[in-house]
Amino acid sequence: MKSKAVGTERRVNRWGYAFVLPFVVVYFAFSFYPTVYTFLLAFTDLRGLRSDFTFVGLENFAKLIQDPYFWGAVQNTFIMWGLNFAPQLGIALILSIWLSDLRLNLKAKGLFRAVIYMPNLLTAASVALLFRSLFGYPLGPVNQFLNGLGLYREVVRDGQVVQEAFNFFRNVSASRGIVAFIQWWMWYGHTVIMLMAGITSISASLYESAVVDGANSRQTTWYITLPMLRPMMLYILVTSMIGGMQMLDIPFLLTDMRGAPDFKIRTTSVYLYNMAFQGRNDYAYAAAISIGVFLITIVLALIIFFFLQDRSELKNPRKLHVKTK
Amino acid sequence: MKSYTAGLMLKRTLVYGIMITLFILAIVPIWLLLINATRSTEQINAGISMLPGSFKQVAYNWNALTSRGFSITQGFYNSLYLAFWMTLCGVYFSAMTAYGLHVYRFVGRRFLWGLILLIMMLPGSLSFIGFYQFMARIKLTDNYLALIIPTIASAGTVLFLRQYLQSILSMELIDAARIDGAGEFRTFHTIVIPIVTPALAAQSIFSFVGSWNNFFTPFVLISTESKATLPMLVQKLRGDIYRTEYGGIYLGIAVSIVPILIFYSFMSRFIISGITLGGVKE
Repeated sequence: MKSKAVGTERRVNRWGYAFVLPFVVVYFAFSFYPTVYTFLLAFTDLRGLRSDFTFVGLENFAKLIQDPYFWGAVQNTFIMWGLNFAPQLGIALILSIWLSDLRLNLKAKGLFRAVIYMPNLLTAASVALLFRSLFGYPLGPVNQFLNGLGLYREVVRDGQVVQEAFNFFRNVSASRGIVAFIQWWMWYGHTVIMLMAGITSISASLYESAVVDGANSRQTTWYITLPMLRPMMLYILVTSMIGGMQMLDIPFLLTDMRGAPDFKIRTTSVYLYNMAFQGRNDYAYAAAISIGVFLITIVLALIIFFFLQDRSELKNPRKLHVKTK
Repeated sequence: MKSYTAGLMLKRTLVYGIMITLFILAIVPIWLLLINATRSTEQINAGISMLPGSFKQVAYNWNALTSRGFSITQGFYNSLYLAFWMTLCGVYFSAMTAYGLHVYRFVGRRFLWGLILLIMMLPGSLSFIGFYQFMARIKLTDNYLALIIPTIASAGTVLFLRQYLQSILSMELIDAARIDGAGEFRTFHTIVIPIVTPALAAQSIFSFVGSWNNFFTPFVLISTESKATLPMLVQKLRGDIYRTEYGGIYLGIAVSIVPILIFYSFMSRFIISGITLGGVKE
């Protein structure tokens, strides 16, 4: 197979071009070219309804670095991603270990997994609108539930303490919390399934020999399951981070499409939309934003890989070195 | 030994408690949505109910929704139409590309494979402004082609299908077809496609749900009212004209979600096993 193709074989192999042609043509026209074009536009002054532009050098990037709204959006994105990811991985880890535990022997595992995964398939735009209604003010179901429990927000009005319903989308922490909660609600089931697949692929003989050596279930979890899941967790962390940096539908539709309250749930993608398709239609600046976000994402991914990669290969020589010394 | 079993019992009770809580948490928002879609604004404002309203109220809500320019049936049809073509193009051309990469040894094959892996890593927003401007130049905004054509180059689907081909397709079969005189495309259509059908089905489901749920790209590109997709219509429910029609708002959201729920209730086993098929091998 590896030998060089000759004669008929070479002629047959030319058919390969016919099979990959549609992909290549469409990729270069609709993906590669637009990417290059985005980079190009970031160095221009294209905005509004005009279609002509002139090159302005690094002007957009200089503006981007000093733009408090951009860095605010980066901060919002991180906060809401972090608020969703930490509980997502934590809860999914515990659940996947429990669900794979033969000694616990849980019933209805399949049904449970199917139900907690279900929100992942729902239309994000609809989910945003649904939670907007559920957390509505003053008579949304969440407020009705809290009021039923006797929980109110107490406001001082005209010198008197008045009990009011919670106006969640006027409060920064509540709004960010709701975004993070929705993201968590939609994604932790997916993470459970990924981690369970990771646990299934761990060789049973590892556990068997550990049990023979007298390890209890906490020790097998701590010294076998978790270290063996490390590559899978790294994969989940990186894909979730890349996805989180693109967070759009939920924060966009939950409030006023501009990240209210006070732009504090405005993610970088929402900001990009605000710049490009609202108001001034500043396409050039929006292009600079997308490149900025891309660079931040790459740097973060590299940092994650640098700190969390499996460094046992690197550590061993060092140990040997110390010994010989 | 007794304390050991007691400990296990206690742990099991705790785990079941947590599982039930999470189960309820997943169901309740959807349940409230479906119930409130059948209730009137007054009923919704009066308090939470776990029981549905009446059919008459559904008809009223439906009317309140559609009389304000929310053309559900049109949106439903548009979403279905788009999802169908996006899925078909994505899956068919990806199978073609994966087969081309797997079977033929041509110059540039390794480069193309590397390119596909690279595209997977790039976030979609990086090309979006350029894509939008390009579509505006060639007058393809407000045209479904701008949404359908790009699916021909679906890197993720190619990756998934090639892995599947590697594990299942034997070259002897292809050679046998060639000896019998079948052309290369005929071999692909009559021998390869049937073999990879399980993988195509799994991938189709995810593509279909993905296109059905896609809000942002059509929202930016499509401007004609009659071409709006369901998520674009749902987005309108934020507006002031629906302010007092809570039942209608819930019904509008429900319309976009219920088809997925029905579909998922039949296919959940298949879908869940499909999630880990593509991403992780080992």
